Amino acid sequence: MNNDTLIPYIGVVTDIRQDTPDVKTFRVVSPEGGKVFEHMPGQCAMLSIPGVGEAMFSITSSPTNKEYMEFSIKKCGCLTSWLHAMDVGQQITIRGPYGNHFPVESELKGKDLLFIAGGIGLAPLRSVINYVRDNRSDYGEVQIVYGSRSKDDLVDYKEIIDEWMADDGIEVDLTIDNPQEGWDGHVGFVPNYVKELNPSINKTVLICGPPIMIKFTLSGLKELGFTETQVYTTMELKMKCAVGKCGRCNIGNKYVCKDGPVFRFDQLDELPDEY
Amino acid sequence: MLKISLDKLDKLFEAVSASQTLYIPVDREDGAAEYKKYESGMKLSSALNTVRSAKDFFFPQTENLVDFKMEGKNIEVIDVREESEDFVIFGVRACDARSFTILDKVFLCEPVDSYYKNRRDHGTVVTMACTRPAETCFCGTFGIDAAAPEGDAACYSDGESLFIEAHNEKGQKFIDSVASLFEDGDTAKLEAVREKTREVLKKLPLANLTTDNFGGDKLNEYFNSDKWGELSESCLGCGTCTFVCPTCQCYDIKDFNTGHGIKRFRCWDSCMYSDFTKMAHGNPRLTQLERFRQRFMHKLVYFPANNNGEFGCVGCGRCLSKCPISMNIVKVMKALEVK
Amino acid sequence: MQEAMINRAKQLLADGTVNRVIGWKRGEFAYDITPAVFDSADELDSDFVFDDFTAANVSKYLVKESKKEGKVLAFLKPCDTYSFNQLVKEHRVVRENVYIIGIPGGPKLDAEKIKAKGITGILGVKNENYTLKIDTVYGEETMPFYEAVLDKCASCKSKKHVVYDELMGDEGDVLDSDRFDMVEKLENMTAQERYDFWREQLSKCIRCNACRNVCPACTCEKCVFDNPASGVENKAPADSFEENMFHIIRAFHVAGRCTDCGECSRVCPQNIPLHLLNRKFIKDINELYGNYQAGEDTTSRAPLNDYRQDDCEAGIVHERGVE
Repeated sequence: MNNDTLIPYIGVVTDIRQDTPDVKTFRVVSPEGGKVFEHMPGQCAMLSIPGVGEAMFSITSSPTNKEYMEFSIKKCGCLTSWLHAMDVGQQITIRGPYGNHFPVESELKGKDLLFIAGGIGLAPLRSVINYVRDNRSDYGEVQIVYGSRSKDDLVDYKEIIDEWMADDGIEVDLTIDNPQEGWDGHVGFVPNYVKELNPSINKTVLICGPPIMIKFTLSGLKELGFTETQVYTTMELKMKCAVGKCGRCNIGNKYVCKDGPVFRFDQLDELPDEY
Repeated sequence: MLKISLDKLDKLFEAVSASQTLYIPVDREDGAAEYKKYESGMKLSSALNTVRSAKDFFFPQTENLVDFKMEGKNIEVIDVREESEDFVIFGVRACDARSFTILDKVFLCEPVDSYYKNRRDHGTVVTMACTRPAETCFCGTFGIDAAAPEGDAACYSDGESLFIEAHNEKGQKFIDSVASLFEDGDTAKLEAVREKTREVLKKLPLANLTTDNFGGDKLNEYFNSDKWGELSESCLGCGTCTFVCPTCQCYDIKDFNTGHGIKRFRCWDSCMYSDFTKMAHGNPRLTQLERFRQRFMHKLVYFPANNNGEFGCVGCGRCLSKCPISMNIVKVMKALEVK
Repeated sequence: MQEAMINRAKQLLADGTVNRVIGWKRGEFAYDITPAVFDSADELDSDFVFDDFTAANVSKYLVKESKKEGKVLAFLKPCDTYSFNQLVKEHRVVRENVYIIGIPGGPKLDAEKIKAKGITGILGVKNENYTLKIDTVYGEETMPFYEAVLDKCASCKSKKHVVYDELMGDEGDVLDSDRFDMVEKLENMTAQERYDFWREQLSKCIRCNACRNVCPACTCEKCVFDNPASGVENKAPADSFEENMFHIIRAFHVAGRCTDCGECSRVCPQNIPLHLLNRKFIKDINELYGNYQAGEDTTSRAPLNDYRQDDCEAGIVHERGVE
């Protein structure tokens, strides 16, 4: 019988990084070494601990990384608590890649890019950011606006400081919600910060974060003159099969697992408001 | 057309069941009908339909997807799939036969669901034309002719004999395997029976129900309709409609620790259940209104939007007779319809 | 009766006693009645129905309805008043927000029983002197009224309303029903026969939860079977015995609270006689602790919540099960 996508592969967790108090980044390779499968930026994978649960996570590492995949996971439910409690060397099951991806090879090519992320929302964008960094000549200016509750809640802070900020031609603007000792950067919510920064309206925007942040940032962008056709986001709903058959992650007639998770806002606008 | 006398049906069933598993609808003590594995002496039910639809044969209520063995930090994945044995489902009605076409669109599109395909490949569907449709029937709304069912092979009764014809290779193979029991028959009387059935179909109370005003192009209009509150207000949030429905195919995946390993199951799920879309961090469908709306939007708008206008309903009428509060797709269509 | 009910409902709406009415709404056919809330005289005139098929017990809807703004008028049949009272006793409904009109009870009819006679294509059902005249697309059919009566009505326990604000029609009495006959029959079976009986019945279960969701005694905010943390939440039964456990556990949980309204069996799409499980508990409670009818009043202590020195020993229950 042919392989079935519902039968997962084995992945080995080779590194666990405590990113923030409630976010850990897990490095996963196949038992034989190397990546379990290839993916494109924005695509997802179903990770599972048999007997505990299975859920969809965005692949946070870039496809240009040829050695391993990474997942930045916030502890918020049953499965994620288990993942947070495990040690290096643990095997998990993994299947994918699922869903569409950010159009890095088409619409985004040659464009000036503005990444806007809030909290754990950086996870899916990190894949694109590093893909763009590794194919730098294919894209124009890169600006990253990233905010979190506090300095400690900024995911991948070390990579942001050591690598992204060190790159020429990448502007990184960080903000935290409230003043904090040891933080001399910007303080304030992401939607307001974006308006203050007043980015050029020629930029193509990729945004991910809590729904409330996305909502206010989007209206702010519109005030600045951006149109919905310029803004991409990535969605998340409850999923079981990850291939558009189990019937629960739909927004209208679109399945987030299969037709998404990446949507342009003008596409979302045509769908019912149920997410 | 080939025919066999109705009083020789048990000979036919014996012959079929000698070489493969045969399922036929039989009457239960409580008056309802259900599909059972044929054993000598069983009589074909004359009921219009079974309580549970025939989808069970290809999409069972529960099935084992895969097993896992956990040892220390290691996991072993055990593929539990086995090639299905050949089987025949006899006496499927036109509505249920069409439901397989609808299920096919979900399970056989890429990536193909191997569990479903396995059973579909090995199952032969022999249908039976209806002669006494009920008031709850509205298969005609979806372009189904109860007097001429689809399926791999179809049977028709004129009250004395059972006539059979093949619709494809699989059906022909089935007929060939039992051809010695059949003889050539005159279909004149049969034609009269079929004509009479079609006359009855025209007189049914739901004969004029159409899908003309439904489909993918009415997405936001119907989603935002102010009728959903009233329609869903007495919905119990049970899964009766979804579980008796031949086209409802949403499923859940659950793990079960047997003590000797983990079994991963797939089971029917219902969009009417409160946990259907519940995630660790929230639920986009918080009240029964949203869940109720999802079920009917799926059948009348989303499914046709994604499947060239084909609706996710076959008009079998099971939800009409089984919903504890008698709310159903017909009432929804009539209340919702914007001309 | 229907007209009198509509008129009284319209009066109560007009004088502001209530701002909505819970009752039954006409369907597509003669028998497919839906419980519904009516806000206006117009709605009542066009849709309100009370006839031989208005069997649904609307008491459970009052859990939600009685928490809304204003008073709701509820038409309750005798059996429904027991459910309502039990909900009052359990502090599930807000009594002050419900205006109850007691209405005559059944017997109500079961469309499935008409269909089981092979009668189909039903266009209309008329009761003429307890003979049903059924108009069908295949011509007129007749059958005795009593052969189409719902099981729950066939063994009616009471024609008396245990709670109401006003009454329409005459008040009836508590009946000496034969409702425990089948329980006794089951008790007299051998353990193996009884086991086979229940296995056959419960194997039909499709786990749709209709019995639980319709049950006026099942009003937990979160059912244990819906709670992933409970360890028993499982839509995919690992073995066929799990369905049996679901029903047995549910019967235990409503023991002493079940008023025997019969809704569980009425709504079961697979015709499982679930009420027999509950009746067994009711019969046992009657025998072990003295006669008790859940929902009869709102103040007495339920036998299973009321410890007494002379309570039967648990061992008695065990011994009764030994052959």
